[in-house]
Amino acid sequence: MLETLLTYLKFPLVQHALIVGVLIALCSSLLGVTLVLKRFSYIGDGLSHVAFGAMTIAAVLKMTNDMLLILPFTVLSAIILLRTGQNTKIKGDAAIAMISVGALAFGYLIMNIFSTSSNLAGDVCSTLFGSTSILTLTDEEVWICIGLSVAVVLIFILFYHRIFAVTFDESFAKATGMRVEAYRLLIATIIAVIIVLAMNLVGSLLISALVIFPALSAMRMFGNFKAVTICSAILSVSCALLGILISILAGTPVGSTIVAVDVVAFVISCVVGKIMGGIKR
Amino acid sequence: MSLITVKDLAVGYDGQIIDRNINFSVNKGDYLCILGENGSGKTTLMKTLLHLQKPLGGEIFLQDGLTSNEIGYLPQQTVIQKDFPASVQEIVLSGCLGRRGWHPFYGKEDKALAEKNMERMGITQLAKRSYRELSGGQQQRVLLARALCATQKVLVLDEPVTGLDPNATMEMYELIQKLNQEGVAILMISHDVEVAVQYASHVLHLGTPSFYGSREAYLESELGKLFVARGKKEVPAEAEKGGNHA
Repeated sequence: MLETLLTYLKFPLVQHALIVGVLIALCSSLLGVTLVLKRFSYIGDGLSHVAFGAMTIAAVLKMTNDMLLILPFTVLSAIILLRTGQNTKIKGDAAIAMISVGALAFGYLIMNIFSTSSNLAGDVCSTLFGSTSILTLTDEEVWICIGLSVAVVLIFILFYHRIFAVTFDESFAKATGMRVEAYRLLIATIIAVIIVLAMNLVGSLLISALVIFPALSAMRMFGNFKAVTICSAILSVSCALLGILISILAGTPVGSTIVAVDVVAFVISCVVGKIMGGIKR
Repeated sequence: MSLITVKDLAVGYDGQIIDRNINFSVNKGDYLCILGENGSGKTTLMKTLLHLQKPLGGEIFLQDGLTSNEIGYLPQQTVIQKDFPASVQEIVLSGCLGRRGWHPFYGKEDKALAEKNMERMGITQLAKRSYRELSGGQQQRVLLARALCATQKVLVLDEPVTGLDPNATMEMYELIQKLNQEGVAILMISHDVEVAVQYASHVLHLGTPSFYGSREAYLESELGKLFVARGKKEVPAEAEKGGNHA
């Protein structure tokens, strides 16, 4: 088994997949804690559907670089969703549901009406569930992914304390002179970028899992923000790595395999958290 | 010289005025208790003072070198905070952020300040503990320490004893009094008239009729007499707790 793995690892395509997979897992876990605590667990799902809708439009327009359309669309939706905050007529969960279902429907409609491909169901399925596309990444895509990931991680580290403060208590942060709106905008943008990145890996439907599972697992085991953040990053990266390796060896779909590993890690974390809590008391 | 002077202020939200013609001032070392029925605009007034929303008329003057981000704030707890994975130290330190400007990380003086304020609140031994494991009274102390990191001059407290048991309530009030004696001006929203007249130096009673003046004058006034008498009979603080924070 080890030998098969080693032969696979010699292929540049497999190396690419591993690099991109690990980076996306890292980025998506960073803001997971914030999103889960702010009751925005479903934003990944909602935004990925928006990205899906934008992608179909890009396909119809035969754009060569569909990122140019997908990224602004998703960022805009993320901003609208996170801006809604407290004082709006349509609350967070309802707003996410509206945008996500709407974008999904329009995306599928557009695909159906304008599609030139003969295998429509297959196309939709692979955009939603992630395909083998992670194994067909070009050099350029890998570099874009590396660049954006580095930017996300750097911004997260630089604004770590402020992201914490805004997540914990928005009104206090605002009262003591922090520009809460600006940080909300920043968080929304980062999330949108991560989601567009992650679409390549696990597809639209499974992005939520990448965002929330590591955070939830880490929150079971640790009681302070720093430990939770670091733990969820480590968990996310190891689960992604393990998932990709398993999928290469067993020939299973990459996205679902990673998520399955994440679920198992969550169950283990629950047990560990229980035991650790028991010892403390 | 007063720290905060409020002149003919009108407060409300979405353009709807809840209360108008609010006039009062806070001097160094004052303990102002803001009373009023539910919906009389207490919380809205406080949010306006903290620049969380815009005044709908009138003016707020900050004097004596007080800047708007030097008003410490003890908000009511949100649901999110109840199970937030953060250590006491992380939360107290976050009070220092307002003054950090664009600097991304905490400096030595921030950590020293947090240390000092945790000591003031008697929570030094809890520094590494997780916030969600603490009792209600301990959590309030943590938030108070955070507010003190943001200011040495003025603290705004929004019903600081909500949900605390009688013992913790007493401790909380004594802690606030201690801070007041150390020279921190206190603005406290409360349902509890008895406490207001026990600790406060001044009373602002919102609604119609309204009242602003010293504690002694309040006790002499018609409104004060009525409210204090009613407070003894009904204990409004208890009755209103459930409805307001469900």
